[in-house]
Amino acid sequence: MKSEESAATKTPLYDKIFKPKTMTIGNDHSVQKPRSKTWIVVVLLVAAVWISAIVTEFDFGIIIKRGHQFTVILEKIFQPDLSYFDKVIGPLLDTIKMSVMGSVIGSTLALPFAVAASTNINRSGAAVAILRVVLNIVRTLPTLVIASICALIFKLGTFAGTVAITIFTFGIVTKMLYESIETIDMGAFEAMEALGASRFQAFWSACMPQILPTYLSHCLYSFEINIRAASILGYVGAGGLGILINERIGWRDYEGLGMVLISLFVVVLIIENTSQYLRRKLS
Amino acid sequence: MEKTINPIEEMYERKPQRWWIYTLIVLVVVALLGWSGNAIEYKGLASKGSDVAYGIVYGITHPDVSMLVDMTKDGVLYMLFETVCIAILGTIIGGILAIPISFLASENIMPKWAAFIARAFILLIRTIPSLVWALVWIRVTGPGAFCGVVTQSICSIGMISKMYINAIEDLDTRILESLDAAGCTTFQKIRYGILPQLYANFVSTLIYRFDINIKDATTLGIVGAGGVGAALIQCINSRRWSMVGAFLCGMIVLMLLIELFSTKVRKKLARG
Repeated sequence: MKSEESAATKTPLYDKIFKPKTMTIGNDHSVQKPRSKTWIVVVLLVAAVWISAIVTEFDFGIIIKRGHQFTVILEKIFQPDLSYFDKVIGPLLDTIKMSVMGSVIGSTLALPFAVAASTNINRSGAAVAILRVVLNIVRTLPTLVIASICALIFKLGTFAGTVAITIFTFGIVTKMLYESIETIDMGAFEAMEALGASRFQAFWSACMPQILPTYLSHCLYSFEINIRAASILGYVGAGGLGILINERIGWRDYEGLGMVLISLFVVVLIIENTSQYLRRKLS
Repeated sequence: MEKTINPIEEMYERKPQRWWIYTLIVLVVVALLGWSGNAIEYKGLASKGSDVAYGIVYGITHPDVSMLVDMTKDGVLYMLFETVCIAILGTIIGGILAIPISFLASENIMPKWAAFIARAFILLIRTIPSLVWALVWIRVTGPGAFCGVVTQSICSIGMISKMYINAIEDLDTRILESLDAAGCTTFQKIRYGILPQLYANFVSTLIYRFDINIKDATTLGIVGAGGVGAALIQCINSRRWSMVGAFLCGMIVLMLLIELFSTKVRKKLARG
């Protein structure tokens, strides 16, 4: 009797308002099934959608009424001006080079910071917390904003783009890496420390082999993203394909734009497939 | 003593010889660096580069408070609110549109050729940069937040369906067989066999994408698709640093909050 009472006092507020359904099983025992909380989520979601639709002036009628306008540019993009390829190749290579450089530097920088930001290796909680706040702030800044600031600080061109990509890569690789470092098996690390290895030695031989494949896989993944990100950086003057994209749009030369996009499409396809093949090998 | 040491040494000798793989990786990386190094030339700071760097730091430490507390349509708060609204609608519409496409692209449900076509379609959507999508849609909707919503709905399809496909291809079909054996109808099989397996994964994907969409929505503003981006870039270009600072502070706080929320929900979903 007493245990039942204490259980009753522990029931959360929600179950007090919406009484759980009691079901009686064959042998006279009864089971309580708490009421579903799905409706709260649904109500909140519907409210959010409703408010957003009002704020953004969402009107499906416009899409139906003016839908034919949608194909105007797309049609031209899909009839690419093949002769334009000569001018695409230079900026395309620039874009690839920018993302290679940015990815390599960014992910190299990420390794020590990720190690320092993982709770199982860095035992000082305050240092980890501060580091993570800084990393979070780095990650919240959109690449295009970083690039436009870099383009003002450095001269317009590929260097600004590389810096922007480096910062961006650093942010995401560090986060993914410290999350994976926290899931590794620390048994070997402790065993080596117990045998008298220094912390660095123990980390190097017990943790590095576990981290390395994941690290390389994260680097490849960020490289995949970077190619796409680098292609629009030129829009704010940071070098690469984006300059062409901006220029073609400005001149309303959508056939040329189509050529730019198709070259990008092929490069992305090749790089993604290679990188996915390598990542599958790594795991 | 000899006997205990020997197996250990033997094992040590037999440890996987990976050094050549590492050498190869290092060589490839160095070669790539050398190849890409020539394109990236450091031309020194721009004429007022150090002023800009100083201005950014100054702006973030001295944000324009009147803009931060301004509740009208020109205030930072309203613009951020608009950005969030764009991301919410864009993510939800994109998530709904992605469902049929990703079922079509799953190799365990559809024949290989159909899955291949659907995948090529997804890749096509993903390759066109969001800025170009925004320009395509601006002709339909005119500039404004609505354009942002439509653009994000299309752009989100790419990544969302990629994650959906992974979830669908991991479906455990044995559950369907046992439901079949228990005499369930097709609808019951979907309700109790498929939905519970996909639900958590799909919601987690959507929340993750929402995170990304908020960040993207800030940049879409550059081409006139609503949100905070347009005003931010204008402020950067006209070097009004305290206003830039106000925008950046608002964005950083907003995104930290959203990320906190999204990691919490996703952790809960992952644990079940």
